[in-house]
Amino acid sequence: MKVWQKNLILILLVIALAAVPLWLLPNAEFGGADGQAEEAITELNPDYEPWFEPILEPASGEVESLLFALQAAIGAGVVGFVLGRMTKSDKNKGEK
Amino acid sequence: MRQSKRNQILLTGGVLAALVGLLTVNAGAMHIAEGYLPVNWCLLWGAVCVPFVVAGFFSIKRRIDQAPRAKILLAMCGAFAFVLSALKLPSFNGSCSHPTGVGLGAILFGPLTMAVLGLIVLLFQALLLAHGGLTTLGANTFSMAIAGPILSWVVYKLLRKANAPAAVAVFAAAALGDLFTYVITSLQLGIVNGGMVKFLTIFAVTQVPLAIAEGLLTVVIFNVLEKYSKAELQELRVL
Repeated sequence: MKVWQKNLILILLVIALAAVPLWLLPNAEFGGADGQAEEAITELNPDYEPWFEPILEPASGEVESLLFALQAAIGAGVVGFVLGRMTKSDKNKGEK
Repeated sequence: MRQSKRNQILLTGGVLAALVGLLTVNAGAMHIAEGYLPVNWCLLWGAVCVPFVVAGFFSIKRRIDQAPRAKILLAMCGAFAFVLSALKLPSFNGSCSHPTGVGLGAILFGPLTMAVLGLIVLLFQALLLAHGGLTTLGANTFSMAIAGPILSWVVYKLLRKANAPAAVAVFAAAALGDLFTYVITSLQLGIVNGGMVKFLTIFAVTQVPLAIAEGLLTVVIFNVLEKYSKAELQELRVL
């Protein structure tokens, strides 16, 4: 099997993994696990007061999604650039 | 020939089963939020991280000297962690978490390198996204940039010693390292608040499918590296 065929299958599997919960649990909230942990802490220690606030909180859900998208975009850009450079060079082509 | 193939499969299976057994005992998904860990624990985890991060800088320098052409791979490992930790994925228990993406770098460059790269990712998220936090940076660095990568690296080396195929070793290393990160997060919260099991169910259970996703994605990248960057992988003693 060629590398791209193998990888296509793997990527489809990942998409399935992400999609199946959405499909199986149509009514779930899909909140963040970190938020749940905060609730659990408050439940276990009702007196606990977070003693520090984030210095900079994204102004809204939209701004937050902008920053997350930016993070993914920068990362994906670099990964793509490196993979592109690597696959372009035909130095190692003879070795399989 | 066939005999050795079967031995290879048996050994691989055996090591995998043992590792999964070890980990499911503490079956925990995201970073600890700002202000949610008492001051003394913040300082303790911070102090624990310092030597690893310092050693990480030296380790990066050593690796680059050893394999100068691998520099670009280092950038890619950092970027890979950047992408993966931005992807909040839905899980089977109806909540969301994100993978860590640090397994790839741990396999290629060793766990110490990831102490530095992981710290950078966590800093970005703590400063700009209010995700994780500055006070909990030490604890989160320990779980995601130190403990997870160390486990990934150990799993990879063990499975390769057992003659497992590289792709299987990469998958297991990345997936188990991801899971282990959140087991540590749960322990960190459990020590302070009690209710370890509760945190483990919140974090570890959510993380299982995501860990599998991370394992698969890491193999995707590794497949390409194996084909096009074999020389660099050999210089880094990955293959």
